Amino acid sequence: MSNAATTAPAPAAPPPVEKIRIRVDGREIDVPKTLPDWQGKPQATTMLQACHLAGCEVPHYCYHPKLPVAGNCRMCLVEFGTPVMDPATRKPVLNEDGSPKIARSVLPYEPQTPRGAIACATPISPGMELYPGSPATKQMREAVLESLLINHPLDCPICDQAGECKLQEYSVQHGQAGSRFVEAKVHKPKAVDLGPRIVLDDERCILCTRCIRFTKDIAGDDALGIVNSGSYNTIATFPGRPFDNNYTLNTVDLCPVGALTSKDFRFKMRVWFLRETRSVCTSCGSGCNITIGSREDTVHRYEPRENDAVNSSWMCDSGRLNYRWIGRPDRLQNVLVNGIKSTWKAALTEIGSRLTAAPAGSVALVASARQTCEELYLLKRLATRLGAVTDSVPREGEGDRLLVAEDRNPNSNGARLTGICYTEMGLQLPRIADGIRSGAIRTLVVFGEDVTLHGIGPDLLAKLETLVVSDILPNATTAAAHYVLPGCAHAEKRGTFVNVKGRLQRFLKAVEPKGDGRPEAEFLQELAAGLGVGGGHATIEGLFNQMAKDVPAFAGVEWAHLGDTGVNVPI
Amino acid sequence: MTKVVDRKPLSFYERTYVPALWEGLKVTARHFKRSVQGHNTAKELGEGYYPEVPWRVSEGYRGAPYLVRDQDGHTKCVSCQLCEFVCPPKAIRITPPGPDGPPADRPNAEKMPREFEINMLRCIFCGLCQEVCPEEAIFLEDHYSLTGLTREEMVFDKERLLKLGGVHAGTQKWKNKLEEAAAQESFPVATH
Repeated sequence: MSNAATTAPAPAAPPPVEKIRIRVDGREIDVPKTLPDWQGKPQATTMLQACHLAGCEVPHYCYHPKLPVAGNCRMCLVEFGTPVMDPATRKPVLNEDGSPKIARSVLPYEPQTPRGAIACATPISPGMELYPGSPATKQMREAVLESLLINHPLDCPICDQAGECKLQEYSVQHGQAGSRFVEAKVHKPKAVDLGPRIVLDDERCILCTRCIRFTKDIAGDDALGIVNSGSYNTIATFPGRPFDNNYTLNTVDLCPVGALTSKDFRFKMRVWFLRETRSVCTSCGSGCNITIGSREDTVHRYEPRENDAVNSSWMCDSGRLNYRWIGRPDRLQNVLVNGIKSTWKAALTEIGSRLTAAPAGSVALVASARQTCEELYLLKRLATRLGAVTDSVPREGEGDRLLVAEDRNPNSNGARLTGICYTEMGLQLPRIADGIRSGAIRTLVVFGEDVTLHGIGPDLLAKLETLVVSDILPNATTAAAHYVLPGCAHAEKRGTFVNVKGRLQRFLKAVEPKGDGRPEAEFLQELAAGLGVGGGHATIEGLFNQMAKDVPAFAGVEWAHLGDTGVNVPI
Repeated sequence: MTKVVDRKPLSFYERTYVPALWEGLKVTARHFKRSVQGHNTAKELGEGYYPEVPWRVSEGYRGAPYLVRDQDGHTKCVSCQLCEFVCPPKAIRITPPGPDGPPADRPNAEKMPREFEINMLRCIFCGLCQEVCPEEAIFLEDHYSLTGLTREEMVFDKERLLKLGGVHAGTQKWKNKLEEAAAQESFPVATH
């Protein structure tokens, strides 16, 4: 991409990294000598990373690219060989054909038996040969998997992880049809209440310690540990200390088996029924990338989606669990004109003629920073046409050092960039209230906010000639409205948000709108077309590209550039 | 191996079908005469005809799928939803218990369907649900005559399916696991 918006914060080119030539399953490949570790610091490239670069996946449980390496599951064992060195000259010994002689690693006391190394923690060296596809590697994997399954219960029919379980997947790839283990399995506590949002099943745990490393090193809350020894090893919290930080549910994603499960998602839906939609969390200005899991127009869960420019692979619990309002039964589902059910066409025509008739300066518009950039852009165009004063409502909360932003609006920067509000949000609200009180403002358009909570009380709303409100859930403002236009939750439409750091990200539609609800961008275009200010874009792509032409900050960006992880725009 | 049956070539007279027709009419006439005289052949043979006497199905017949209980009277289904997934005409609809659903009526297995519906109008009696079930909780039984006056009536709910399915004594996996756990020495350190 050659446009200014996306290249503006271009990081300085990293210094060239020295390459090492190795062989993976007989194929020569040059891999960088160092690669960033979980903290982004350069570390010696491991065998697992080298295999990945060679397009060869090594199965693993405890290794996670965003966590410190533990090397305890042994699943990633890979057979390897190193070049033989002449002890006297320190030169590689050559075969007869001139190729370097390779010594396969073997057990010191049993030279016929190959010895593997854990690929996640073993650095590569020049001339090394890796054999991730060799029969010895295969045998090692099968043996490790068999030992991991010794005490694993066959809980799959009642286990929430079934369908996205690494143990299931690797059992299909590397496991055996039957168990050779005839002894009784060790039974451990089941359905342990670990914290307000987590249930632990100790029997299913394979002790990879991903959860322990995450809460200690990423969330900064050293809450989990292992107690007891041998086959009685058990994950536990410290006595009297609940596992209740705001990032606990990430351990459920990290858990490769069904040991840690979410109380919220427990027994709710089997994962293979869930349709996954790429979206963005709306609970704060961070704009964590999420995957919405939905089935038949019901949203069942949010999961974080990897985006290193925003949220790495994590999200907070409060944002993750903030989805139930989408399916609330009291959602606004009907177009109402003076409280009577109407149609979109009738209501929009009536609103259009009322707005056209309104004298300049008598209209005010309160938009929400929870709306998409496209909607705010259309509202700004309408406001310019009507000579209306516009503003949005600030929403502040406590932030943390990891992901939660103080700004609780998902699109504050979108509201600023489209010109709906000033850098400081909410400055115009008292002016609008005064205007209504003095009778200068006779028409108010409100989108997605309850203005009665922000200084424009029901008494003022009653003085208005026309009150047009679009919202998702009923509130005091929708109750006072002359026109109620049911909108869509972010999961029901497409659009873009700009997060607190200026990342322009798009989200896609997961479920159908409720009742007569329509995406705001759609009916705003019809309204704008009626007033002669644009419209006519059948798709969100066209509308976005039009907006990018008109809004200076988005110059040069196109819908297609956004991809799954978004682009940076100057804020 | 294919068995070849030799067929005698038909004569010209036989190929006109007149003798076959005539033989058939003779059977009809015989039955007609007997019924006029007040006889009932089927009753006299001691068998009877459907629907007065229900048809006896052979073993392995694939009739309507029903849920079964184990020998202790517990629901065997754990709501794993594999049958719902595999069902080709999407006749099965399971509502999982969710986080605050009713507790299972059997010990140890924590999960049980809140609702289990089979739309018998959609069911094609293929038996994939029975084949896929990891709990041996659903079986195609010998009911072949399913009738109702409304479509809603033909959607069988959990209670009805369990009542029709009866008891199927088999391995009690979860009970055995609980007994195995109870037989083990107490866990070293009670952590919770």
